[in-house]
Amino acid sequence: MAKLALEDLRKLREARAAEFHVRKADVLEVQIIVGMGTCGIAAGAIDLLTVFAEELVKAGVRRVRIRHTGCMGLCHSEPTVEVLAPGMPAVIYGNVDAETARKIVNQHIVRKLLVDDHIFDRPAVDIIHK
Amino acid sequence: MAIKTYILVCGGTACVATHSNELYEALVQEVAAQGAQGKVQVVRTGCFGFCAKGPIVKILPDETFYVSVQPSDAREIVAEHVLKGRPVQRLLYEKGRDRSLIRMEELSFYQKQYRMVLRNCGVIDPEKIDEYIARMGYEALAKVLTEMTPDQVVEELKKSGLRGRGGAGFPTWMKWKFTKDAPGGEKYVVCNADEGDPGAYMDRSTIEGDPHSILEAMAIAGRTVGASRGVIYIRAEYPLAIEHLETAIAQAREYGLLGANILGSGFDFDVEIRLGAGAFVCGEETALLASIMGKRGMPIPRPPFPAVSGLWQKPTVINNVETYANIPVILLNGGEAFAKVGTPKSPGTKVFALTGKIINSGLIEVPMGITLREIIYDIGGGIRGGKAFKAVQTGGPSGGVITAEYLDTPIDYEHLQELGSIMGSGGMIVMDEDDCMVDVARFYQEFCVDESCGKCAPCRIGTRTLLNLLEKICAGRGEAEDLDKIREVGTAMQKAALCGLGQTAPNPVLSTMHYFEEEYRAHIEDQRCPAGVCKQLVTYEIDPAKCIGCTLCARKCPVNTIEGERQKPHRILQENCIKCGECLKACKFGAVSRR
Repeated sequence: MAKLALEDLRKLREARAAEFHVRKADVLEVQIIVGMGTCGIAAGAIDLLTVFAEELVKAGVRRVRIRHTGCMGLCHSEPTVEVLAPGMPAVIYGNVDAETARKIVNQHIVRKLLVDDHIFDRPAVDIIHK
Repeated sequence: MAIKTYILVCGGTACVATHSNELYEALVQEVAAQGAQGKVQVVRTGCFGFCAKGPIVKILPDETFYVSVQPSDAREIVAEHVLKGRPVQRLLYEKGRDRSLIRMEELSFYQKQYRMVLRNCGVIDPEKIDEYIARMGYEALAKVLTEMTPDQVVEELKKSGLRGRGGAGFPTWMKWKFTKDAPGGEKYVVCNADEGDPGAYMDRSTIEGDPHSILEAMAIAGRTVGASRGVIYIRAEYPLAIEHLETAIAQAREYGLLGANILGSGFDFDVEIRLGAGAFVCGEETALLASIMGKRGMPIPRPPFPAVSGLWQKPTVINNVETYANIPVILLNGGEAFAKVGTPKSPGTKVFALTGKIINSGLIEVPMGITLREIIYDIGGGIRGGKAFKAVQTGGPSGGVITAEYLDTPIDYEHLQELGSIMGSGGMIVMDEDDCMVDVARFYQEFCVDESCGKCAPCRIGTRTLLNLLEKICAGRGEAEDLDKIREVGTAMQKAALCGLGQTAPNPVLSTMHYFEEEYRAHIEDQRCPAGVCKQLVTYEIDPAKCIGCTLCARKCPVNTIEGERQKPHRILQENCIKCGECLKACKFGAVSRR
């Protein structure tokens, strides 16, 4: 990638910003965003990546992206995972073990039903894209 | 038929205690009774942290937030909100409460947190520069390079009122101005990421989750003070943070956001990482700079301040991670917008690592001026296990405790100092009735003895003297005059120690002595530890009248020092007892007691 000039930076921003704007409204593909800070990893986030990947294949889910992110701040409930799916509200799940991960795939993503006992509130509003 | 609405019912411990299970059942029944199955799902959630107002119900996707919801409200929620789309006004969290202290217009109406420093943490992939750029990343740098003079940047920081988030609260604009105005061609920008307080992990999480925000802010600092090189000093025990920083630096270089001629402006700036070996004293700025230069990490007297003579004796601006993370937001939105958050003297937010005996431990960011009560009860969900709140420790080995009677004090630099604690870097450890304040002071003193660099006598000898006295008290050998000795040595250290480590090392003991003198006296005069922590002052005994000989305690005892036959009273052999308290926890008949 070549060095950016000022206009390149702004073009790049425009091109990528849409991804974050649509987050809460209508995503076209499923996104599973796993908290991969030291805290999340210590609580088992890396193993979750495999569980999600395997279960998604088993369930035949297509158009899905597993993404990494930093600490969401919910240390009491690591590992934390945010799930975005078309037509559903964005939800943060905490204390996600392998069993919960499978439920997220088969219940949330496939059947469009939220999973009991693992939803946590987003700690604050987003100041960038209100 | 697709699900259109989700009714989230809080299933946290506190909400369950206020009958959220009955509420859940009532909602499920109402959904069925009103024929809404298939259109709505009732879901039980984890703790939402707003426990004092429980049970909490949140409706998605419209994000309506109901508080103190009773099972009898279920019919109305389903009939009105779910079926007709009309929120039930009387259950909404009241918006009219006094927020003058916080002065926040943008705060979501029930959420106490405001994420400025952590704006990207948990949102972007920290290893992808494009995601940072998508969320206004490097736009502040672009603005500074193309539209602002260094003086305007300083002016904007001055308007913002931003103060150093490393703990001392020195105005950031002054540091930058002094460095900018210092004579000399070669200057440096340094980031202090040597986070070392026990229980503090704000800086680690910020770097792990949003490394580019630090690089951007350092480049802005470089442009402002006239430096072309930056150094991030980070402890080697933060491998993931280091990895993310290395990735971020490589990506920024590739895009030309670090290196020569940034964004075609003619400005050159690059950043390198220096790893620290994890000495607490290296968080002190002069010791940190010495460590970067390959010398032993020991502080030197100031002045000269680093702004005049810092790294390689050149003018150096040195700020903490959190301070830097604020900079891009300030320059994007303007200093005045920043100053509207928080209190007039301490604008902005503060990130805290909320740990200890709290239900929802976590990394939180709150506007300055919020009360401790809001942090502990509205965000933290209260004390674990229904125990009584005793104190909060802030500022780690340099800070002190805040007690229940000050729960409503606004959290900012001045108020914490008045209470004998400090803001510190942001560790916040919650303690309950089972924590012994003398033992807490002993723990921090031990830490300071280990971490004192030994250069100056007040710190080297003072910390050891204080620890000896505290160990003596914890062992039940304390004497009446020990408290005076602690005060005398502590005060001398505050005045005479060379750097912040030694000057503040007596704070934990002086602060706990001030608020919990009775607890110290109980140790000294009655050889008693009221919290039952100091092992040498505690004896566990079995009451033969209550013991039925179930053998549970004997099986739990890790050192096999409980003897007795089945169905006959047991006995603890004191000489081997390690006072772990397992027998007390195990006994179902109240036969084990602690003295």
